[in-house]
Amino acid sequence: MRVPLSWLKEYVDVEMSAQELAHRLTMAGVEAGDVIELGGWTGCYVGHVLSVEQHPNADRLSLCRVDIGSEQMQVVCGAPNVAAGQKICFAKVGAYLYNTHSEKHENLKPARIRGVVSEGMICSELELGLGDGHEGIVVLPDDAPIGVTLDSYLGDTVIDLEVTANRLDCFSILGVAHEVAAITGKTVREPDISYQEGNTPIAELATVSVADPDLCPRYTASVIQGIKIGDSPQWLQDRLTKAGLRPINNVVDVTNYVMLEFNQPLHAFDLDKLRDHTIIVRRARPGEVLDTLDGAGRILNPDVLVIADSHDPVGIGGVIGGANSEIGPDTTNVLLESATFDNYNNRQTAETFRLRTDATQRFEKGLRPELAPIGLRRATQLIQQVSGGEIAQGIVDIYQGRDAPHPTVPLSLKRLKQVLGMELDIEKAAQVLQSLGIQTKPTEPGSLNATIPYWRNDINIEEDLIEEVVRIIGYDEVPTTMLSTPIPNHHPSPMTELKWRVREAMAAAGLQETISYPLVSLESLEKVNQLDQENLPLHVANPMSVGQEYLRPTLRASLLQTLLYNQEHMDAPFRLFEVGRAFLPRKDELPVEQEIAAGVVSGLRSEPSWLEQDGYLDFFDAKGILSSALERLGVTTSYQPTEDPTCHPGRCARIIAGDTELGIIGEVHPEVLARLDLKPLPVVLFELQLEQILKVTRHSRDSFRPLSRFPAATRDLALIVAADLPAGKVQEILGRHRLVENVELFDVYTGDNIPAGTRSLAWHVYFQSQERTLTNEEVNRTLEGLLRALEREVGATLRGS
Amino acid sequence: MTQPSAQSIEQLTQQATQELDRINDLESLDQWRISYLGRRGSLTNVLRGLSQLDLEQRRELGALGNQSKNLLDERLAQKTQEIDQAQQVQAFARDRIDVTMLGRPTPIGRLHPTTQIVKEITDAFVSMGFSIVEGPEVEWDHYNFEMLNIPEGHPARDMWNSMWIDYRNEAGQQPMLLRTHTSPMQARVMENTQPPIRVVVPGKCYRYEATDATHEWHFYQIEGLAVDEGITFADLKGTLYEFARRLFGEERKVRFRCDYFPFVEPGVDMSIDCFACQGGDNRCRICRGSGWIEIMGAGMVHPKVLASVGYDTEKYTGFAFGIGPERVAMLKYGIDDIRHFYTNDLRFLRQF
Ligand SMILES: [Zn+2]
Repeated sequence: MRVPLSWLKEYVDVEMSAQELAHRLTMAGVEAGDVIELGGWTGCYVGHVLSVEQHPNADRLSLCRVDIGSEQMQVVCGAPNVAAGQKICFAKVGAYLYNTHSEKHENLKPARIRGVVSEGMICSELELGLGDGHEGIVVLPDDAPIGVTLDSYLGDTVIDLEVTANRLDCFSILGVAHEVAAITGKTVREPDISYQEGNTPIAELATVSVADPDLCPRYTASVIQGIKIGDSPQWLQDRLTKAGLRPINNVVDVTNYVMLEFNQPLHAFDLDKLRDHTIIVRRARPGEVLDTLDGAGRILNPDVLVIADSHDPVGIGGVIGGANSEIGPDTTNVLLESATFDNYNNRQTAETFRLRTDATQRFEKGLRPELAPIGLRRATQLIQQVSGGEIAQGIVDIYQGRDAPHPTVPLSLKRLKQVLGMELDIEKAAQVLQSLGIQTKPTEPGSLNATIPYWRNDINIEEDLIEEVVRIIGYDEVPTTMLSTPIPNHHPSPMTELKWRVREAMAAAGLQETISYPLVSLESLEKVNQLDQENLPLHVANPMSVGQEYLRPTLRASLLQTLLYNQEHMDAPFRLFEVGRAFLPRKDELPVEQEIAAGVVSGLRSEPSWLEQDGYLDFFDAKGILSSALERLGVTTSYQPTEDPTCHPGRCARIIAGDTELGIIGEVHPEVLARLDLKPLPVVLFELQLEQILKVTRHSRDSFRPLSRFPAATRDLALIVAADLPAGKVQEILGRHRLVENVELFDVYTGDNIPAGTRSLAWHVYFQSQERTLTNEEVNRTLEGLLRALEREVGATLRGS
Repeated sequence: MTQPSAQSIEQLTQQATQELDRINDLESLDQWRISYLGRRGSLTNVLRGLSQLDLEQRRELGALGNQSKNLLDERLAQKTQEIDQAQQVQAFARDRIDVTMLGRPTPIGRLHPTTQIVKEITDAFVSMGFSIVEGPEVEWDHYNFEMLNIPEGHPARDMWNSMWIDYRNEAGQQPMLLRTHTSPMQARVMENTQPPIRVVVPGKCYRYEATDATHEWHFYQIEGLAVDEGITFADLKGTLYEFARRLFGEERKVRFRCDYFPFVEPGVDMSIDCFACQGGDNRCRICRGSGWIEIMGAGMVHPKVLASVGYDTEKYTGFAFGIGPERVAMLKYGIDDIRHFYTNDLRFLRQF
């Protein structure tokens, strides 16, 4: 909302600077964005056109004499609207103006036009930066003082307000004036809205009815006959332009002016284009059509409220007018509408037609019905003033709630203290409210009743009044205290805690955390073999882009994408992880949001440097990182070979803790790498279901074992096993004996000296007891037992035996 | 064998010390020791020859000889130490490395800056008695809007451009969306709990919004809520002031101004004084010369929100607030573009 200071000052005195005012408004909740200075027209003056003659050498140019007080100037002018007696904006040679030919600001040069010297220029809006108009010159009011600088006469400051959705009142200059009055302690001067009526009763000129009052609670109208359409006077055009609207003609400009002044949107119909001079406010009939003022054809339906004549719609109520009843250059009789439309329906209609207009922006927020006749009278008065004509006697006012009392809201100091935590006397509260134009009446001691003025629609409950009081007196006046209420019981969420611990454990294991967008494309899922056509992921109805349409059912695509992005920027070890959610659709319910920790490991094993390189990260690097992270979480894991569509069929394992499957780790399938354009290096991916980890960490607390005071005994054994027997299986059998403290695989051999189809696994086995020093015999006996179990269960034999 | 004499002992001593002065390696030093002090060394011989002298001479020359031996022993030890030191210096010079060369890299894992700042912010509130709760990222319109006093058709809905899920219920409505804020947890928590309540809700949020240096369609929010009998706006000021000091420094000042969010009344936003320029720089990049930086929105929970979960609005009051952690991180670390956060460029992530 652009508020020209000169316009604002018509209703309220402003003694502080524009910057200070902008700041004060902002602190009170009406945020001021830019403060725009209009002017800077050095070398420009208010001039008086003394005479206009034909240029001797050019038909379309005229030769004018202009009085600028100190001197008289001769100037060549090309504008068709220049005339003797006008007050105009005169720029002397040297003035800094917008040059319409070069399209930039320049100093005005001395000129000889078709053989005649021109000592300056009579300016258009465009040259002064006041608007887009360039066809004609700016004509100033007759009382403009000759010879004063244009800056002092036309210069202005515009405060651009960023009004929040609740403060409808601040979409109007008068509303802002009330706000300024409250902040500065001044009073508001509301404009006079009276006028002289003619003798013809309005009922003889037009018939108005409202068929659907639920969508149009109040409809008021006036008629002005015998007007003359033309350009608005300069002051009116100036104000509209400064406020950001384009002048159109004297009738339409008045409707816009009153909308900016009072907030009431209005619409003017050409009365003679309304068949039977009739207005019916009704729902549209199915299939009715209307060509609207923006040049579009609209197909209507019964959810749309229309303004119709005796036959067809002539406008969409509170949204836009129809071309069939538009004010044109030949219009002489006008029916002026000022109505209140249902805010929800108005918003819905605006959304249906994608037509957010200055009118709907106001109606959708719920204008008060009391405003309609006020806006009507003001606009009727101004149309007559700028377009002539005679105003019909009386107005149309169709309003069900005519006798409804003004809304009142109570305020008690008790509640104010309960909400704000501060003491205030009721007189002070009343005084603040009155400064905002809210009338107050004391009720019982410490309480009052507030009557909400017609321009405010946002004060409905006691808390609203409390906000009015505190925002004007300032939040600094409220004390600052610490919470003194009892601290609620702390119920830490196990999942939230686990996620934090997982992140820390992964970072400690050398992984870099990433966070990626959870919206992906089907294509990206298909590339990692994670697209289930039978069970598509959730789709966003209005996605931001094609690549971000589906809620990811897995983190795999995102992580590999992150890897790809970084591969393109650097050659380094990539150890990445993300803790995020996967979304699994459910019928008629919110999706399951699965908490997942996943990671990828790939690239050089160490940063490129002068040091010797030691190859590329592989499965066992990743497994080592993951195991150390899990160990930090207190989870003891084992790994079993498995297959997974994203992974290399021979290089993928299930991660298991006890009976619980936690997730998978595997080298990404080379075809997947190729599809993603990833480098043909090993990429190892892991994925953990955090719900599963939560299950096992719940049980693995209190796992401290006392340190044994007795020495350990070591035995090395080399076992021949089938080549495809997982070493993990052997380790599990060795490790499950209570006297075995630790098992380490230290060598793996396949080759000449052992049978084909087998491999040799060499182990250090550590025996230890909590109770005593183990004897050799005990250790040997245990070992023999283990060897028998190994032979029985997995067919392992001692190498060389 | 010549008769030892005082003169010959002195000569020998002088000769030995002069020779010793020229020695600078251990091998020659050993030769020297053997030739003077060894079992057959010249001084040893002289001393041995003393036994043939009479008692008087023996006493006289014996003292002189011992003195000489002690001197040479001492000089030998001294020389040995000198040579040892010199050799060590040489060895160190030989073993010198270029310490300016890069060290052998050890992998470092880091947490995402958002994770770090979320932790820092939630920690501040946890220490003031708040618990952390999380909620679903895909929400019902009911919780995301309705329960927060933003009914269907309310113009304030324009404040949150939503991404809707392609799902219609039996009534033909599209009631599922990606939550636009973590505020829906206000209603979810209150539905399931009676006061006192103090929670903070960190999590991802989504908006249908074009991105630029300060706007992302995907971002985090930390919502806070405290409800009980006797909670006031003054408590809100105190709590948020304490938070601002913890995150931005003890000396921070805060400022509240009126703002609008449909689920609070009165509603405010809080600014801190500019820690970069203390308000003294008109061209300050952080505060743009105003001296103040907006940090978060807040307010007293709207009675309609309390009523919608069945709380007695006469009895209970509360405050709520919402913080954008990325904005806080941008301010703290001087990050100029929010789009860096979720591009996952390691050149960015490794800086935190
Ligand atoms: Zn600053």
